[in-house]
Amino acid sequence: MPATSLAHALEGIRLHVVTGKGGVGKTTVAAALGLTLARGGGRVLLVEVEGRQGISQTFGVPPLGDTEVRLVQDSSGGELWGLSVDAKAALLEYLQSFYKLGRAGGALERMGVVDFATTIAPGVRDVLLTGKVFEAVGRTSGSRRGHGELVWDAVVLDAPPTGRVARFLAVNEQVADLAKVGPIHSQAQSITRMLRSSRSTVHLVTLLEEMPVQETTDAAAELSAAGFGVGTVVVNQVRTALVPDPVLARLGSDREALADTVRSDLATVGVRSGDRTVGGLLAETEAHAARLHLEDGLRDDIGALGRPTLDLPALAEGTEDGGVAMLADELAAQGVG
Amino acid sequence: MTASARAAKPLDVDALIEDRGVGVVVCCGSGGVGKTTTAAALGVRAAEAGRRVVVLTIDPARRLAQSLGLIELDNTPRPVEGVGAAAGGSLDAMMLDMKRTFDDVVLAHSTPDKAAQILENPFYQAVSSSFAGTQEYMAMERLGQLRAQAERDGTWDLVVVDTPPSRSALDFLDAPKRLGSFLDGRFIRLLAAPAKAGGRASMKLFSFGANLAAHTLSRVLGGQFLADVQTFVAALDTMFGGFRERADVTYALLKEPTTAFVVVAAPERDALREATYFVGRLGAEGMPLAGVVVNRMQVLEAPGLSGARALAAAEAVEDRAEDDLPSATAAVLRLHAALARTAARHEAHVRRFVAAHPGVPLSAVPAAATDIHDLDGLRAVGSALSGT
Ligand SMILES: Nc1ncnc2c1ncn2[C@@H]1O[C@H](COP(=O)(O)OP(=O)(O)OP(=O)(O)O)[C@@H](O)[C@H]1O
Ligand SMILES: Nc1ncnc2c1ncn2[C@@H]1O[C@H](COP(=O)(O)OP(=O)(O)OP(=O)(O)O)[C@@H](O)[C@H]1O
Ligand SMILES: [Mg+2]
Ligand SMILES: [Mg+2]
Repeated sequence: MPATSLAHALEGIRLHVVTGKGGVGKTTVAAALGLTLARGGGRVLLVEVEGRQGISQTFGVPPLGDTEVRLVQDSSGGELWGLSVDAKAALLEYLQSFYKLGRAGGALERMGVVDFATTIAPGVRDVLLTGKVFEAVGRTSGSRRGHGELVWDAVVLDAPPTGRVARFLAVNEQVADLAKVGPIHSQAQSITRMLRSSRSTVHLVTLLEEMPVQETTDAAAELSAAGFGVGTVVVNQVRTALVPDPVLARLGSDREALADTVRSDLATVGVRSGDRTVGGLLAETEAHAARLHLEDGLRDDIGALGRPTLDLPALAEGTEDGGVAMLADELAAQGVG
Repeated sequence: MTASARAAKPLDVDALIEDRGVGVVVCCGSGGVGKTTTAAALGVRAAEAGRRVVVLTIDPARRLAQSLGLIELDNTPRPVEGVGAAAGGSLDAMMLDMKRTFDDVVLAHSTPDKAAQILENPFYQAVSSSFAGTQEYMAMERLGQLRAQAERDGTWDLVVVDTPPSRSALDFLDAPKRLGSFLDGRFIRLLAAPAKAGGRASMKLFSFGANLAAHTLSRVLGGQFLADVQTFVAALDTMFGGFRERADVTYALLKEPTTAFVVVAAPERDALREATYFVGRLGAEGMPLAGVVVNRMQVLEAPGLSGARALAAAEAVEDRAEDDLPSATAAVLRLHAALARTAARHEAHVRRFVAAHPGVPLSAVPAAATDIHDLDGLRAVGSALSGT
């Protein structure tokens, strides 16, 4: 399948949903993407929905609540804001606006009803969470929705992992089964419409390892079948190739000659060059080659998805202290923003 | 065996699997560290030491599942060919199907009509397929069943269980109770009450708060949803003694001296921190810890050459080169230096862990170049586990 161009995949997108297997770097990539877009001059909102405080940890700011907080003010005029959406708060706020509950909200909380509604019916929880995202994507500066300028140029969502993301995004069908009437039902429909539109896209983050790639492939199929657009595949934690291909080729074709070269070079520079050292170095190189071979196969699987891919390097020092900014530079260099 | 692992008390895996007093081994740890791989490797090694083993895996990687002959997800243990027969042992393997396990519980505890009614209930379907904690709950449930079957029929003398992928290893211990108390909880009882008492009349017994709550919920979720919940709870109630109680029974099994926990971690800060929480928790609960497995340690094939010397040598080799062609030797040395850096980082993390947990037996498994996806790979992990 020929890959769609990156520019095409990102054109006109207002909502970037970032997903992947647990632990592959969804939060990191969402943060880097948000930063890249903000550096391009946009007003960008980065949203998390799992109450993990991943955004505040990534940017080294105090825990986020249900009000938006500015994380970065860029010299281009762009801004990155952060928000952590909590289903419980969203439900109370929502009941408040639909039913003018007043103090009864507290009674509901005491009865455990809020916990009940937000935990027992996963669909309800997801409608509330995506509801907040929906609100942000469509928010305008005017007094009513749809009037005035759009407040956010882009919204980046640090979404649930691949195993749950299709269900998360397809709240409408879920909820239509459970809650057949009521305001949640009708809101769910507008949300799904927005999520399925050509202005929303889902980015899949993966590592070059078997299970994350498998999940990426499965999720891409599941999302497409459910009518959601798949944007890019972000290959995270890519290691730089330390041994050039011709050397790896010699390892396979003429191991003895390679061993002799290494032995004599080591002797020349005065490094111990016994069989154990030379054999050990070559064994390490062979293991590296086997790993690269496996990664090549996984690259082929990713390529078969026909989506543009973005590569992010493994940062030896981790993502704290400016690591996300370096990843944002990488994304920009590869044509994002 | 790496230096830091040597400093710790070794986890004697062979003694563990040969100990006939051990009937259940539970492999726990945070996401992606190698729980499934370790569980399968222990299963293979135990079978080849003469135990009759059943291993319960959860979401194994596809190729590993195929090597274990797990082609169908049918929730039933199937024999793994070519493992253990020579030693008089055997290995059966299965993949957990959580929905099926839940359905089986319902079927086993109710009349056919009632069961059909529950299985069709939309609320039941939501809980059994996508509720947070269902996978943990059902993993425990299935463990309880396998253990009971092992005792009853003498089919197996060792049950090895994998635990669900989860950010926190503690979820395996906590999620079933959370789900259990939730389903048995106050609010869900209140909702169920009218259905049990036979109609809306008993609504009068509700406090104002409960009334308001039920009312609001039915407006938000739709009345049908609440009716579904009510039917579900009422049906379950007549069926067996509550979810919480059921979770408690399996939980108690985990405290028996015949159970052994193996905590799996990666040699990284976050995974070892999770392992610390888990080890502490096992201690607090009086649950038997066999030891910690640090998986995917970087080991060096040329340990005599330090990373710093390798880098210096790479530069020296490049300086001497007569042309600008990339030097194979320099590349090989730079790779070694990078591996040495990783190995040193892994060592440092493990050393800290060992220092903080002096009495905890530990074993290190080297990172293989590629995935572990066949029986030979599992055997290699098994021998690394036992330090041989
Ligand atoms: N490119 C990278 N280089 C180095 N470290 C990285 C990189 N990307 C992510 N990490 C680190 O990997 C870990 C997991 O990343 P992150 O929290 O973004 O993953 P996640 O997919 O959001 O995880 P979860 O599923 O738990 O939400 C973090 O410690 C992060 O700092
Ligand atoms: N020692 C090892 N060397 C190389 N690869 C390994 C090693 N141990 C595990 N792996 C690979 O790492 C991946 C994750 O392992 P595994 O599935 O056992 O982890 P897990 O803890 O069960 O993950 P999850 O939390 O997703 O269930 C697999 O692809 C496996 O083949
Ligand atoms: Mg995250
Ligand atoms: Mg697993």
